[in-house]
Amino acid sequence: MHEEMKNSVERHILVVLPHPDDEAFGVAGTLAKHIQNGTQVTYACLTLGEMGRNMGIPPFANRVTLPEIRKKELEASCEAIGIQDLRMLGFHDKMIEFEDQDLLDSQIDALLKELNPSLVVTFYPGYSVHPDHDATGAAVIRTVERLPKAERPPVHCVAFARNTEQEIGKPNVIIDVKDFLKPKMASIQAHKSQFQAAELVGSKELNDEEIQARFGTEHFWIYPFK
Amino acid sequence: MQLINQSEIQKRIDRLKDQELYIHLELTMGAYAAHLDSSKHSASTFITNAVIQYSHGSISGEGPYRIGLKMSQGWVYSEGLTHYEESETDRLIMAGHDSQGKLIVSLQLSREPF
Repeated sequence: MHEEMKNSVERHILVVLPHPDDEAFGVAGTLAKHIQNGTQVTYACLTLGEMGRNMGIPPFANRVTLPEIRKKELEASCEAIGIQDLRMLGFHDKMIEFEDQDLLDSQIDALLKELNPSLVVTFYPGYSVHPDHDATGAAVIRTVERLPKAERPPVHCVAFARNTEQEIGKPNVIIDVKDFLKPKMASIQAHKSQFQAAELVGSKELNDEEIQARFGTEHFWIYPFK
Repeated sequence: MQLINQSEIQKRIDRLKDQELYIHLELTMGAYAAHLDSSKHSASTFITNAVIQYSHGSISGEGPYRIGLKMSQGWVYSEGLTHYEESETDRLIMAGHDSQGKLIVSLQLSREPF
């Protein structure tokens, strides 16, 4: 069953993702749509993506300058989407799965306590390809699961592993974001050092129809807490 | 980043020898290699802010370049370097970028931690 967002006016959404640009492709349109409805959004971005391989074409960043460049890109992306509250948690890119779980969980728990979000958005652990994505989702799920049942906000997960639908079925929440492609594309383009990557943008300019087909809907799996 | 100028890199290697340095050494295919092409085997490795000291170092090849640094008990080796940061005069910042511009290898040396 698909849950459209007709009746779901969210009070406060907490988004927890590990890398600047993780918000751009999967959730930017959904967030822009909620923000237009008056929702507060807090985005906790765990790292600065400082181990990223894309440095611009030709390379204008290097390993030393990349974190500062990506921080600015992240701020520009959030501004494009309308996100009111950005928290950069300062973890090291690529290392989330090795990080002290108590430290990770305590920071997420502090955000849950402070914000009391009506919805949490993160990656689906095990179905999100990048080890940082899976580890971030796992930390969020662990932390939310520790709350008493009545206090747990629903968690909507992004997933894109090849075996996702085969193993956990179709997404339960499909958001039409065609009216929010302007902020979404601006969010993607804010990540200039990353945006030129061939696998993200393909080799040719997309026309409006192709942009709508490729970026016009966003999909989420509601995490099934026991 | 600029394309490597071999003689300039050699000068910088010589300037940094015989002293304690922090090294960042990395080789990466990226975390999505196997997701994008299932025939690929994802592998990456990095070490950052390990302390080394070399007595002799050089750059060789015709581009992409190789670098070897001889330490009292072993070696540092890196192949595939294409670019360096000209404006970083105290540190040596080098990387190899593939045909899509992605970083595939990096070798950095500094007297201060990265």
